[in-house]
Amino acid sequence: MSLLITGGLVVDPSQNLEEPRDLLLEGGRVAALEPPGAIPRQDRRVLDATGLVVAPGLIDMHVHLREPGEEYKETIETGTRAAAQGGFTAVACMPNTWPVNDNASITRYILDRAQARGSTRVYPVGAISVGSRGETLCEYADLKAAGCVALSDDGRPVMNSLLMRRALEYAKTFDLPIISHAEDLNLRADGVMHEGLVSVRLGLKGIPASAEEVMVYRDILLARLTGGRLHLAHVSTAESVAIIRAAKAAGLKVTAETAPHYFSLTDEAVLGFDTNAKVNPPLRSEGDRLAVIEGLRDGTLDAVASDHAPHSVLEKDVEFAEAAFGIIGLETSLGLTLRLVHAGKISLGRAIALLSTNPARILGVPGGTLAVGAPADLTLIDLNREWIVDPTRFASKSKNCPFGGWRLKGKAVMTMVQGNINWTEMECLG
Amino acid sequence: MELRRKDLLGIADLSPEEINLILDTAASLKEISTRPIKKVPTLRGRTVVTLFYEPSTRTRMSFEIAAKRLSADTVNLTVSASSAVKGETLADTAANLEAMQPDLLIIRHMASGAPHFLARRLKCGVINAGDGLHEHPTQALLDLLTVREAKGRLDGLKVAIIGDIAHSRVARSNIHGFTKMGSEVIVAGPATLLPPHLESLGVKVCHSLEEAVTGADVIMMLRLQLERMEQMFFSTLREYSAQFGLAPRHLALARKDVIVMHPGPMNRGVEISPEVADGPHSVILQQVTNGVAVRMAVMLLLIGGEKG
Repeated sequence: MSLLITGGLVVDPSQNLEEPRDLLLEGGRVAALEPPGAIPRQDRRVLDATGLVVAPGLIDMHVHLREPGEEYKETIETGTRAAAQGGFTAVACMPNTWPVNDNASITRYILDRAQARGSTRVYPVGAISVGSRGETLCEYADLKAAGCVALSDDGRPVMNSLLMRRALEYAKTFDLPIISHAEDLNLRADGVMHEGLVSVRLGLKGIPASAEEVMVYRDILLARLTGGRLHLAHVSTAESVAIIRAAKAAGLKVTAETAPHYFSLTDEAVLGFDTNAKVNPPLRSEGDRLAVIEGLRDGTLDAVASDHAPHSVLEKDVEFAEAAFGIIGLETSLGLTLRLVHAGKISLGRAIALLSTNPARILGVPGGTLAVGAPADLTLIDLNREWIVDPTRFASKSKNCPFGGWRLKGKAVMTMVQGNINWTEMECLG
Repeated sequence: MELRRKDLLGIADLSPEEINLILDTAASLKEISTRPIKKVPTLRGRTVVTLFYEPSTRTRMSFEIAAKRLSADTVNLTVSASSAVKGETLADTAANLEAMQPDLLIIRHMASGAPHFLARRLKCGVINAGDGLHEHPTQALLDLLTVREAKGRLDGLKVAIIGDIAHSRVARSNIHGFTKMGSEVIVAGPATLLPPHLESLGVKVCHSLEEAVTGADVIMMLRLQLERMEQMFFSTLREYSAQFGLAPRHLALARKDVIVMHPGPMNRGVEISPEVADGPHSVILQQVTNGVAVRMAVMLLLIGGEKG
């Protein structure tokens, strides 16, 4: 079965393309990509994408789906439905489930559930160390064979520098990237928000920017030492951006992501003790926020990933110090990124690179391109659609979102995986 | 006159006019505590609940005496931190208390923002009796009253606050209070105990006790929590005391009529020498007396009017 998508603006950073194009999908792949009208309609099904952006399917390379073990917060079914509604065709899920995804059987369980109930592709990230306890290495070859695309002890940072060195080296053997949650737990101590003007006012214990930066620097030094592939997760500070920029200039194989809340909010969101604004790394200062945007613009930061971290009211409707860290992001990530586009901070092509092309390249997974022969994973976006964020209408099981009530411009209206529509708000299919 | 607010959560959100109203009311209520029969019927039939998640004797007792002198019924609930961890959530505790229809809830909690969390949920008034490292508004109000009585004014005074500012809700509330009322505030302590960005609260920051107290009208010493030593905030008690303990020789640097304050409980011989604590400049016991008056005033202004 084939589908002809006509009239859309195809934005594909992998081909440096931002032009009106018609797109023919056949057998789950991109069969042709031609100027408008060049592909004969014959008796094909036609999807009119006039006024829409046609992009390679968005990939969120950092989410927490909570299954197995914390299904009351999110499941693979609800999390991937949230992803599809947010415009994503694939997600990479972090291993801090219960039990931890540190062996092939857990990886296979996740993939089986994704196969049965998922609305998007799911790429498991395996643990760096057994139980993410920071003591011994997991079986990376096994994890890779089972389907893991990267390794991370996200949420439980690798404090032991020797273990991090070995992980980078051992992962290199199997060509897997190490995703670093860069945080010095001793420096963080019992901090609950960014150490700055707001923490001193609210009497909340601070997490200094340096708790992240010293580990960003350490991991870059270890990447240089080992030649391993290092990817830095959820970069939140100006100095982290500067360190990564310098590392890239020196030719190191380092990539990095940030999350929408770091370029959309500052620590002032915590005023009033709003636990939905409690996240780790914490929301930083305005200077950090602006530096993160500049990093996205100039290529220092390669990807936008939501760090979608669902928590229920049990973890969030409590005293600020007791509340869990985390913000859900799958259903606001695209809208918040497009805010940067509408504000003229980054180009549309850059936004799609950050949300699709680069994550695919970093994880070494299919997608991120609409080149002929590529999988027919794509996202249709209405750039001018205005909508108001209403967490009660999210597909995610959890509602811990600090953006409720925000008016955003730009929204996905359809996602397709291997040529199959897995979610849409569009009515007419010709 | 009454306060146009349901709760007293912090000094940061009070206007100078509101602070003056509370202080004037407190000053007029002090006389009640000197009568042979120390009781007026103003809050008869009202129920005041104290809910303390941290051990405290004097603050709780001060609130209780204040409520009783206004004829309110008082109920005290002390929750040990360990049983709170195992037991019900703060939201559930609040809902249960609300169901018993108190007029006023007075809470002390180790989590900054806990009173705000309750105030959002409860119809009754909430008074913050100390939340985490955040605020302790009635302490600052009683300190302001004590200074105003001693000096006749608050504006144009030089107030030195010495010690562990980082972990002190008393310091935060007093910084807001004194700067709002026109005093100049200077804080001093070891850099480990002065949080970064403290200047943003409108205070001068230094690391020398001598520098801070020079020319001061008011010296406020903070309690040093001894467990900070194991947490690497300072080296030894001996060194802390030598560098930041207030001794008679420091008073010579201050103004002749300087007053010395301490929110208690004191570590005699650590942050304050016995000679200073018991000396002629000390107003530490006046602070305690004024605590009752200020708490009476706050309760009266929150629930004494028609609204209740």
